[in-house]
Order: sequence, then C-alpha cells, then structure tokens
Amino acid sequence: MPISSPYKPLLILLIAGFLAALISISIGSTAIGFEDTLRVITGSGTELQKTLILELRLPRTLSAFATGGLLAVAGALMQVLLRNPLADPYVLGLSGGAAVGALLAMLAGAAGFLVSGSAFAGAMLATLLVFGLAHGSGSWTPSRLLLTGVVVAAGWGAIITLILSMTPASRLPGMLYWLMGDLSHAATPWPGLIILVLVCLMVFPLGRALNVLARGSLQAAALGVSVRPLEWLIYLMASLLTATAVTMAGSVGFVGLVVPHMLRLVLGNDQRLILPACALAGGTLLVLADTLARVVIAPEQLPVGVITALIGVPTFLYLLYRSR
Amino acid sequence: MTRLTTEALIIDIPGRASGVPLNLAIEPGQVWGVLGPNGVGKTTLLHTLAGLREPRSGQPLLDGTPLREIRRKTVSQQMGLVFQDRQDGFPATALETALIGRHPWLSPWQMESGEDLAIAERALEALDVIHLKDRLVNTLSGGERQRVAIATLMTQSPEIWLLDEPTNHLDLQHQTAVMKLLRQQAAFGRAVFMCLHDLNLAARWCDQILLLYPDGQACWGPARDMLVTSALESLFGQRLLSAELDGFPVFVPG
Repeated sequence: MPISSPYKPLLILLIAGFLAALISISIGSTAIGFEDTLRVITGSGTELQKTLILELRLPRTLSAFATGGLLAVAGALMQVLLRNPLADPYVLGLSGGAAVGALLAMLAGAAGFLVSGSAFAGAMLATLLVFGLAHGSGSWTPSRLLLTGVVVAAGWGAIITLILSMTPASRLPGMLYWLMGDLSHAATPWPGLIILVLVCLMVFPLGRALNVLARGSLQAAALGVSVRPLEWLIYLMASLLTATAVTMAGSVGFVGLVVPHMLRLVLGNDQRLILPACALAGGTLLVLADTLARVVIAPEQLPVGVITALIGVPTFLYLLYRSR
Repeated sequence: MTRLTTEALIIDIPGRASGVPLNLAIEPGQVWGVLGPNGVGKTTLLHTLAGLREPRSGQPLLDGTPLREIRRKTVSQQMGLVFQDRQDGFPATALETALIGRHPWLSPWQMESGEDLAIAERALEALDVIHLKDRLVNTLSGGERQRVAIATLMTQSPEIWLLDEPTNHLDLQHQTAVMKLLRQQAAFGRAVFMCLHDLNLAARWCDQILLLYPDGQACWGPARDMLVTSALESLFGQRLLSAELDGFPVFVPG
C-alpha cells in the first residue's frame, strides 16, 4: 500500500533497466565500449557501430525487455487471480498452447507472421480451454483452475512431442530453439512494448480492486468488487501478455514465477506498485539473461530459456526455503 | 440509517426442505444473534443477506429495494461482513488488511488518503491491535487475526454489520470488548446481525434472537421471548440448566 513513496523502487528499477540495456547493446561478437555506445545513442559514432547497435542489437535488447516484462506481469496477474503465488503462464498451460500453435504452423511450412499468428491463436485457445473446463459446473475455485491448467499443460507437452517426432530432422533445430525460448527470431519489439505499457497503465485504476481480490473472491464481493467480470478481465489480460511474449521469443520459463515472488518479498503486495515493478524487473532480468546467453559460449548462442531456468530454479527454491 | 429486511426469504441449502420463509426486519439500533446447531445454515444466511449467494426464493432488501437491483459498490457502502474463514495467500500487514475496508469509498483513480489511514488506525486501536499494525497478518494468532478482521469491517464503516461468529478464537476479555463495541455501534444507529455459538453471549448482548432449526424451521423475536430453556433444549438437542444473574439468563448444559 502506498504508505511510503511508491515511486522510489520504480525509479531504481527503471535505472537498472537502462543500465542492463546499455550493457546488453555494448557486449557481443564485436565489443563496443560504453563510451562508444553512448556516442551512438546520442547520434554520433561510426556507421558500422550505428548499424550494429541500432539495427542489430537494440531491437533484440528491446525484444528481450518486452518479453521479460510481459511474462512477469502475466505471472503476477495469474497469481492474484488464483490467490496462489505459484501460478504462472507456464504452469497454466498457456505457453504450451502457444507453442503447439507455432509448431503446427512451422510443420505446415509457414514462416514469419503466420507462425506468430498461430502461436497467438494457440495461447488464446489454451486460455479458453483451461478456463472453460475449470468453470464447468459453476464452481471456479483456484485449486481447480490450477489443476486444470497443470493437466492441460501436460497435454500440450504430449502434443509438442508428437509434432517433433513427426518433423523431418532438418527442420528440428529451429523448432527446438523456439521451444526453449530464443530471442534471435524476434521480429520487432514494438507490439510487445506497446502492450506492456498499455497494461501497466490499465493497472492503475484496477490496482486496488486487484488488492482486494487477492484477499479472496467473497471478501472482494463483500467490499463491492464485481468479481466475475474482474476475473475474466485479468485472465484475458494475462493471456494477451503471455501470447505476445511467447510469439516473440518462444517458451521462456520462470520469469513469471520468480520476478513477482522476489518483488513481493521486498515491496509487499500492492498491485499498483508490484505490476509496474514486475514489468521493469522482468524486462531487466531477461535483457541480462539474453546478454549472458549470447556471450557464454560465443560465437554460439544459448537459448535464453536455458539461462532463465538455470537462474530461476535455484533462486526460487532458495526464496521458498528462506521464507518458511 | 439503513434497514435490512427479508421478503419470504428461503436460503438455499442443497437437499433440505425449504421450511419457514424468513420475514426479518433488522432495524437500526438492534443487535441480532443467530443461534442454531452446526450445519444449520447460519453462514449461508449471512452470505445470502450480504448478496453473496442466491437464495432459493424470496429476497433481501435494503431500505425496501431488492438487493440484486443495487450496485455492488453501493451495497458495500451500507453493509459489511466479517467472514468466518479468511484467505491470507499473500503476505499483508494488519494495517494494509484494515485499509482494504476503504475500498467501497474510493474511486478507481483515488489512492488511500491520510484520512483513510487515520480511519483504519482508529479501528485497529478500537480492537486493541494497533500495536500489531506493521506485523504480517499470517504471523498473528487466531484471536488477533479475528480482531483485525473486525477492524476491517469497522474501517469499512457500513450501516449494517454482519458477523460470522465474531468471538471465535477470542479470549474472555476480548470477547467482552468486541461485544461492547458492537453494542456501541448499535447505539450509534447501526444494525448488528451475528451468528453465535455461545448462548450466554447471546443472552447478555443481543436484543433480538433468530433460532434456526436443522429442518428449516425458524423463529425470531426479542431475546427475552426467544431465550427460553425448553426452546433452546430442542434446538440443540441438549438438556440445559438455567439461572438468572444480574438480570440476564445464563445457560449451562445439564
């Protein structure tokens, strides 16, 4: 709750995000120093440096930032919706649906926009499937929703394996990379960034209702919240965010789980603060992880999903261990 | 001042006959106690009165207007509810918890003001939990959590207070303090309607009593007329001894 100034943590995270982006665009196969990087950003520098930074590295860095932010906000929203800090777009099978959509399109020989569109459709279908099934007879408890999501996610996993086993070997590498989360295929960062900013703006008027909803749906209804419409809105927003992120970068795991959890430990659970903070911290985390993915075994690249999982799993287990 | 009434209300308890329709009039200044054995529908009745559950038939009304025709936000400004179970999935301090009671009074764009904060702090003080305001609620004892929940309702400050066993987990001193607070709210012109398990608390502090029977039968009226040993014995299936102390009836199992 905004008892102390809520803007200080956001400012700190914003600065951290800028620094991470600077590091990210100055590191790579051709190292460019900070000074040169700053020179390019302010409009001077050599042609080569400009091309490298503005046309190659900056879009990828922005895509990483958008993807991380989208996933972290989606995770935080899902957690409020399910009153469960362990909820996440991946746990609920949303990214599995998106992956199936993308892989089917790739199997059919499609590329570019068709793959993105198909991933988006897959995520939305997964959303409807999970919510529809969990809704069923009318009771819509968080545990039921979570279980439905987990089972549906396992189903997507089986379909993914099926598609992979039917795919000619020559096409496998591209698909595998995409499944593990990879930013080198990200086309443009702008749709993701715009959606991220829009959702963060929407969160301001919704924030206090979300805080109340986190206390349980009956309590929220008793305090005047229209629970069902709000829950649908959250689910649709989280699905849109996830679908956009998966479309950009494939399945990057653990950002939606770890980032909100860490921020709540430090900042409390006021959604008006946590959700924008998730956008910034999730973006920063993925920019750093992607930078690491590009340099650890350079000139080869790791899928960024490997890095987030390697950072995310131990961090999460440690936090869980320490908080109890 | 707001009046909560029910019009031929039958609460929906699956598998049970409809029984007696309730035509209650909960007037400002009254303190109601609902008595009945486990599973008789006391909680269901409270949730139905608050508009959180659909009744089988009939309806609750606020000042004569059917509840379902009033916006949820408007309802929550006039009527609040302390639940028996609470979800504390996410960490929150006692002060943050009390502050959510201001939700019905703020527009979406408004942040909680210093005034709201003062209201929440006064409520925590009235419930003797102000010293815990920065503690996380999930680290508090059951009785302390109960008092934070009542402080949240006090922060909401509705005209009609519904409470589901408000004395649960409370020690003797705080039971009395909470009951005094509820009586004081009634004296300010509010209406209090609560489920109780303790006959003696009901006898000491309530002026209106509703008895709910397992077969759906019900009767209600002034406490003096309702708290009769024979009626209570058949209600709970338990022989009772009674005496009068300081002008209030006292019941013990016989």
